[in-house]
Amino acid sequence: MSEHTISTKSYYLVFLALMAGTALTTWVAFLDLGWFNTPVALSIAWTKAMLVVLYFMHVRQSTKLTKLVAAAGVFWLLLLLGLTMGDIATRGWLGSPGK
Amino acid sequence: MITAPISVPEREHYLNASYGLKSWLLTKDHKRIALLYLATITFFFFLGGLFAVMIRLELLTPEGDMVQSETYNKLFTMHGVNMVFFFLLPAIPAVLGNFLVPLMIGARDLAFPKLNLASWYIFTIGGLFTLYALLSGGVDTGWTFYTPYSTTYSNSFVIATAVGIFIAGFSSILTGLNFIVTIHRMRAPGLTWFRLPLFIWSHYAASLIMVLGTPVIAVTILLLAAERAFHIGIFDPALGGDPVLFQHLFWFYSHPAVYIMILPAMAVISELVAASARKRVYGYEFVAYASVAIAVFGFLVWGHHMFVSGQSVYAGLVFSVLSYLVAVPSAVKVFNWTATLHKGSIALETPMLYTFGFIGLFTIGGMTGLFLAALGLDVHVHDTYFVVAHFHYVMVGGTIMAYLGGLHYWWPKMTGRMYPEILAKLAALTVFIGFNLTFFPQFILGYLGMPRRYHAYPEEFQVLNVMSTAGASVLAVGYLLPMCYFIWSLRYGKVAADNPWGAVGLEWQTLSPPPVENFDEIPTVTHEAYDYVSLPNGSVTPKKEAHVR
Repeated sequence: MSEHTISTKSYYLVFLALMAGTALTTWVAFLDLGWFNTPVALSIAWTKAMLVVLYFMHVRQSTKLTKLVAAAGVFWLLLLLGLTMGDIATRGWLGSPGK
Repeated sequence: MITAPISVPEREHYLNASYGLKSWLLTKDHKRIALLYLATITFFFFLGGLFAVMIRLELLTPEGDMVQSETYNKLFTMHGVNMVFFFLLPAIPAVLGNFLVPLMIGARDLAFPKLNLASWYIFTIGGLFTLYALLSGGVDTGWTFYTPYSTTYSNSFVIATAVGIFIAGFSSILTGLNFIVTIHRMRAPGLTWFRLPLFIWSHYAASLIMVLGTPVIAVTILLLAAERAFHIGIFDPALGGDPVLFQHLFWFYSHPAVYIMILPAMAVISELVAASARKRVYGYEFVAYASVAIAVFGFLVWGHHMFVSGQSVYAGLVFSVLSYLVAVPSAVKVFNWTATLHKGSIALETPMLYTFGFIGLFTIGGMTGLFLAALGLDVHVHDTYFVVAHFHYVMVGGTIMAYLGGLHYWWPKMTGRMYPEILAKLAALTVFIGFNLTFFPQFILGYLGMPRRYHAYPEEFQVLNVMSTAGASVLAVGYLLPMCYFIWSLRYGKVAADNPWGAVGLEWQTLSPPPVENFDEIPTVTHEAYDYVSLPNGSVTPKKEAHVR
């Protein structure tokens, strides 16, 4: 078992960052950023998820194999999203028959 | 002179080390847990089989005269749900995998024995939920739960069934996790990755899918339940959702799930081919890599289930090409098994008969899969009996043939008893004939345009349907026979030797049945897998210096 050396102070800082992220998400939800609405919300969510994975789940200080496992999870999620979006983004390209 | 009978104290093994229901229900021994799974999935197999019998009886005549269409919908749904989630997915990994993975890698148990027992309980609880749904009135959505029918219109027990599958999914994740950690951390000294039996490689690949794919179906089921119960718009267009999104999420798991079924089947076949031909599997490394390639490529092809769903044509093109790609590693395996048999000293025992059955039937199933991956042809045969025949050739002709072959091969190790060989060969033949008689006519029916999931059909399809039903009766006999003689063999079967096949795997180097801790001493591995040249009789004593990679 690897020794985890994250200090208590770091945990509090990460916790504060997560809270700040939540507040930011709420604030941004009331702003009309046009096309950027979704990307901004997803970016904040991604940052928060990374903080949880790296610090609270100790991936930052884990072995390379553990990092590989975590990265594989992210990669597979991207496969799911990427190929699904590949359908959704191109569905209208041919138009409907008769139109 | 009166002589007292000499009583030889029976050797202690995992079956007689402790007695009583409690000793089984609280066991942490992977071998006992495998047997718990064996009993559970056998129950679900025959339950699913009962639904199949009713489906085939209904289709004996063109009219819908035995059950009403609503009941028929429930029959094929419960057949699919039972067979896919509660038999085919756990069959080989949870029974043979659980029993053999630690034995094959020279370990005393899996990495997390308590988690292993928990997996069985979770699986059983999931099964009970589904059973509850069945007894309460059943579910009629098809095993695919397509929306918006499942979320909005179906009046059957969708949520109860879905919860059952959701719960059982965790069992799959935990088993996969247990296998991955065990294979990484608990291999015997000297057992490098490229000395591992191909059984382990395939189970490793299948475990990756279990861990990476199953959470997605769990989330999908939760979303389905959320829409059905709380009308949250996710999939129903009337609520602002997208029904094709459900199909994406569902098939992202459910297509790779086919590989959770077939990769462990391939695992069994690799062992059976090597042991029967007494040769190293031809192109061992390629077969090992092919397992991982199937697991990875298997995640990229799900859209071929959706060519006529309204999915973009461009996405369809990509999925079509990727689907052809996954055929390559599958073909590598089939060709390499065949090449292994070339000039092999083939023993035509029962396990090998099932192996021949697997290779032939899986090839037909796989090749017809290529037909279905072709965009144009798929439009013609989509949702017809051609598809039904295709996936039964893969799942039943593939997975169940391998499962039965594996059960026969390792039965002596699991129970310490031999099965009756002649009867077993007869059963293998019965299964093969019954299977082909059942499902080959369905290819023709599908090509002629008979759609699946209808309880009535035009009269011109009757002859082929009668053939199919007759075949199902033969198949049922073929499946009942092994169950009967396996149970018979527990008491009356010939006592098995520790290594009745003269095979070289580590599982054959311990006693039959194995002791609780598997090995008296953890073995040190000095040979590559299937080294029949150095170890001609499966003996651990080498004839000559082992070839060390």
